[in-house]
Amino acid sequence: MNKIISLEEVSSIFRNGMTIMAGGFMGVGTPQELVAAMLEANVKDITLIANDTAFVDAGIGPLIVNKRVKKVIASHIGTNPETGRQMISGEMEVELVPQGTLAERVRAGGSGLGGVLTPTGVGTIVEEGKEKITVDGREYLLEKPLRAEVALLKAYKADKAGNLIYHRSARNFNPLMALAADTVIVQVEQLVEVGEIDPDEVMTPGILVDKIYVQGGCQ
Amino acid sequence: MTTTLVNPKQIIAARVAKEMKDGDVVNLGIGLPTMVPNYLPESVNVILQSENGYVGLGPLEGDIDPDLVNAGGQPAGIIRGGAFFDSLFSFELIRGGHVDVTVLGGLEADAKGNLANWMVPGKMVPGMGGAMDLVTGARKVIVAMEHTAKNGSSKILEQCRLPLTGKGVVDLIVTELAVFRVTENGLVLEELQEGVDLETVKEKTEASFTVSPAIR
Repeated sequence: MNKIISLEEVSSIFRNGMTIMAGGFMGVGTPQELVAAMLEANVKDITLIANDTAFVDAGIGPLIVNKRVKKVIASHIGTNPETGRQMISGEMEVELVPQGTLAERVRAGGSGLGGVLTPTGVGTIVEEGKEKITVDGREYLLEKPLRAEVALLKAYKADKAGNLIYHRSARNFNPLMALAADTVIVQVEQLVEVGEIDPDEVMTPGILVDKIYVQGGCQ
Repeated sequence: MTTTLVNPKQIIAARVAKEMKDGDVVNLGIGLPTMVPNYLPESVNVILQSENGYVGLGPLEGDIDPDLVNAGGQPAGIIRGGAFFDSLFSFELIRGGHVDVTVLGGLEADAKGNLANWMVPGKMVPGMGGAMDLVTGARKVIVAMEHTAKNGSSKILEQCRLPLTGKGVVDLIVTELAVFRVTENGLVLEELQEGVDLETVKEKTEASFTVSPAIR
């Protein structure tokens, strides 16, 4: 099965109203060219799940600035003033989720769990509207799974089967999101033949990766 | 250390540094807390955890690697022996009690150990990032902040007014004037910073507190 695709093919995957996940922490580990392809596709009313909304000109920030997003689910929006502005004006809905809870919700969505019980947020406004469950005398919040139709990942290296290796702190949410979407697209810096990545070094197995886009368009 | 402490932030960071033990795994919030390692004695080596996915956060040495940043998104380094992981594992470490100490800034802290540092309704809503998980899971939570707000009002309150980051989570509050320990019976003034008298602390602290016998 050939998983390698062009940026045009990436663009054709997006639809209005989709739920999309994107890896990255302040833009580090965000597949910038896939984000650009999404902008190019001109889709709107997207629900976007990511750790943060990065900056106006980096990470997933440009999707917010260009008003493609109906709702964002993130742990931090402070570095992109446009997110706060659209939230306050009511143009966009923002659901703020503690970072560890966001990671666990994505994990739950990708691993067949009905949710997770976390003590994080108990006694704060995060608990509003959530079921509280006491286990052995300690209170936890039931946090529900998150899934997406498409996950946009960034890896350093892939083989043609989609086995991935991430680089430095650019790993962050990428491996989690690889499990939690119907279609998983990865932007890689380097593509090698099957067998060139030692199975011991694979961080995300290729069975989870549907499409591979090689950064810069070269294959 | 013989470094002269010239401003409140330096005084606070230097005092927080005394709380660290050799070998502690430490997570530092952005801003003032990142100054703490500058004041560690040579005999104390801590391992810094960075919420975006590694242990062994270190100063930037050599060329900037765009894939290596700290929790504030700034270029950073990793020490020999460090390790990278994903966000899930990073917060398993944090929530699971594998981080010994976290040092966070604060907008308000109170006598019940509550902390507010993530939003001011109608004004500033940056999001909680990893702060709620850190205060919930780290074994020791130190709030490092200036004693009063810019308008002079106390940041140490009987009860926080801003939305909380965590309820009953704070162990120690360090300011440029004093050090308070949070106990079941409220705040205990443990220490006065050099040159500060008890009257000044009483005057600038809204919360009631008891005074440790160690202070005369």
